Amino acid sequence: MFGAVIRMESVTKRYPDGTVAVDRLSLEIPDRSITVLVGPSGCGKTTTLRMINRMVEPSEGRILLDGVDIRRQPVNALRRSMGYVIQNAGLFPHRTVVDNIATVPRLLGWSRRRARARAAELMERVGLDASLGRRYPYQLSGGQQQRVGVARALAADPPVLLMDEPFSAVDPVVRKGLQDELLRIQDELGKTIVFVTHDIDEAVRLGTRVAVLRAGGRLAQCAPPAELLAAPADAFVEDFLGADRGIRRLSFLPSGGLPLQKSPVVTVDCTAEQIAARAAPGLPYLLVTDRDGRPLGWGEPEALLAGPPDPARLLPHGRPFEYGSDSLRAALDGAVLSPTGWAVAVDGTGRVLGVVSQQTIGEAVRSAHAGSRTAAGSWDRVAG
Amino acid sequence: MNVLHFVVSFLGDGAHWQGYDGIPTRLAEHIRYSLLALALAAAVGLPAGLLTGHYGRGGTALALIATAGRALPSFGLLVLMFLLLGFGTVPVMIPLVLLAVPPILVTTYEALRSVDPPLVDAARGMGMGEARILLQVELPVALPLILGGLRSAAVQIVSTATIAAYVSLGGLGRYIVDGLYQRDYEKVAGGAALVAGLALVTLAVFWAVGRAVVSPGVRRGG
Repeated sequence: MFGAVIRMESVTKRYPDGTVAVDRLSLEIPDRSITVLVGPSGCGKTTTLRMINRMVEPSEGRILLDGVDIRRQPVNALRRSMGYVIQNAGLFPHRTVVDNIATVPRLLGWSRRRARARAAELMERVGLDASLGRRYPYQLSGGQQQRVGVARALAADPPVLLMDEPFSAVDPVVRKGLQDELLRIQDELGKTIVFVTHDIDEAVRLGTRVAVLRAGGRLAQCAPPAELLAAPADAFVEDFLGADRGIRRLSFLPSGGLPLQKSPVVTVDCTAEQIAARAAPGLPYLLVTDRDGRPLGWGEPEALLAGPPDPARLLPHGRPFEYGSDSLRAALDGAVLSPTGWAVAVDGTGRVLGVVSQQTIGEAVRSAHAGSRTAAGSWDRVAG
Repeated sequence: MNVLHFVVSFLGDGAHWQGYDGIPTRLAEHIRYSLLALALAAAVGLPAGLLTGHYGRGGTALALIATAGRALPSFGLLVLMFLLLGFGTVPVMIPLVLLAVPPILVTTYEALRSVDPPLVDAARGMGMGEARILLQVELPVALPLILGGLRSAAVQIVSTATIAAYVSLGGLGRYIVDGLYQRDYEKVAGGAALVAGLALVTLAVFWAVGRAVVSPGVRRGG
C-alpha cells in the first residue's frame, strides 16, 4: 500500500496549565515523501507527530488523512494503520525479534504462521539476517534493534510511518547506515513518512521536505532541503541551519557538469614521452594510476622520469568522488583533502575519469548559484 | 541431646508417618491451608496491583495498606477472629490472607511501575488497547518481580500457618503446639523442621514456575 496525504489544519495543542505546545500549525504532508519535523527542544515537533496517531489529542483544529478527519475512525484502528517508530526502538523485551515484528499483523487478526512469514520477509527488507529472528531484543546491538523497530512499523504495510527521533540513540556510523537504509526502503515502498529529529543534518539528508518549528510550536518554514539551505525564511531558520549552510548546500548540486581534465593522468608503466607530454600548465604534479586506472597518488614529473614510481612516496590523492552521482560537496571535499588542491573524479568502478581543480569547482558553484535564483528548489536530490 | 538428634528421631519413627496425626496428613493439611490463603491473597492483591500499577494511581494508599498490613500481629488477629467467629477455617484464613496481601499488592504495583514507559508508549502507538497493554506487555515484562512478591507471600504463609493449630485446627503447627504442651521436644523440633523444609520447597517451586513462565528475554538477572 502506498502513502496517504496528511493535512493539518490550524492545529493547536494547549495543556491544562496553559502551555501551548503547538500553535495553529497548518501543514500539508504529501504522500510518498519524507517530511521531517525539526527544531530545538520544546518546539512541539514530537507533540505534532503524536497528534497524527492521536497519542495526543489536539485542542483546536483538525487533522485529515486522505481527506477524512482522523477522529472519524476508532483510535486503535487508526494507530494500526500507521507504523510507529520511537527512539531506542521500544521493542518488547519478552518477545523474540520475529514476534516483535509480527505485533501489528497479530493485532489485525492474522494467523501466527502468516504474521511470522511476513516478519521474516521484513527482516530481509531492513537488512537483518534471518538467524536473528529467534533472538530476544537484549541480544541485539542498538542498530539492529532500531532496524527491528522499523520492520515492526512496516509489518502490516501501513500507508503512513511516524518516526520519533528513531536514530538519535545510535552512534554516527550506524546512524548513517540506518538513514541510507530508510532512503532505500522509501524508494521501494513510497510511504508517507513523518520523521521527527533535532538534528538538522539528518533532516536535510532524509527530508523530501523539511518543516522547521520554533519554540512555542510555530512553523518557521517548510521547504525542500535545498531551498531551505538556499533561502532561509528568517534569522531563526538561518541560525538553526548552522554556520556551514553554504557548504551543506553543495550536497544538492550534482558533480556531473564539472569539466574534467584528462591529460595530467598517467599509469605507473607510462613512458618518459607520455610524462613529458602530459604535464599540465599550472599543475606541477601528475596523477599516477595503476594499470587498471585506479588512483595511486600524485607525483612530480621530474621524479617520475627518474624511474618507475614508488607508490609509497607519491602524494595522497584525497578521497575521489564519483562523477555524476556524488555532489559538488564531495568534489570540493576531495579537492580540499588533496595536497595538490585537485580532486580526482572516478566512475562507478573506481577508475579515474579525470581531475578537477578547486578553482574549477568554485566556478561551478558560482554558476549553480546564479541558476538557482531562477529555479530555486528545482534541483534533484543528489546523494551526499 | 541436640536439635538435630530430635529431628532425626522424630522423623525416623515409623509411628509418626501414619494416622490422623501422621506427618502425611498434617503436611497435606498445612499445604491446603497455605494454598487456600495464597489463592485468596492473590485473588485480591494481583488484580488490585495490576490495575493500580497500570494506571499509576493509588500508590500512596497502597503504601499505607502495606505498612498497616506489616504492623498487624497475625497471632493476635487469629485469637480475636477465633473469639468472634468460633471454630473453623475462616478465622485462620483472615490473618493469613491479611499477611499475604500487602507483599503481593505492593510488589505487583511496583513491578508494573518499573516497566519502561517508552515500551508502553510503543504498544499504545501500535494500536494495542489498555487490556492488551496490561496483559501482553506490562504483565510479562514485570512477571519476574511479581513472582518475587508471590514467593515472599507464600513463604510467610507457610511459616505462619503453624498458628492454625493454636485454635484447634491441623497442619504442621499441631506438632509444635502439642509438643510444647506435652513437653515432647522431639515433636516440637520435628514439626519446626518440617515447616522449614516446606518453606524451602515453596522457594524451589517458585523457582521452577519462574523458569517455566518467564520469557528468556526478561529473565536475565531476575
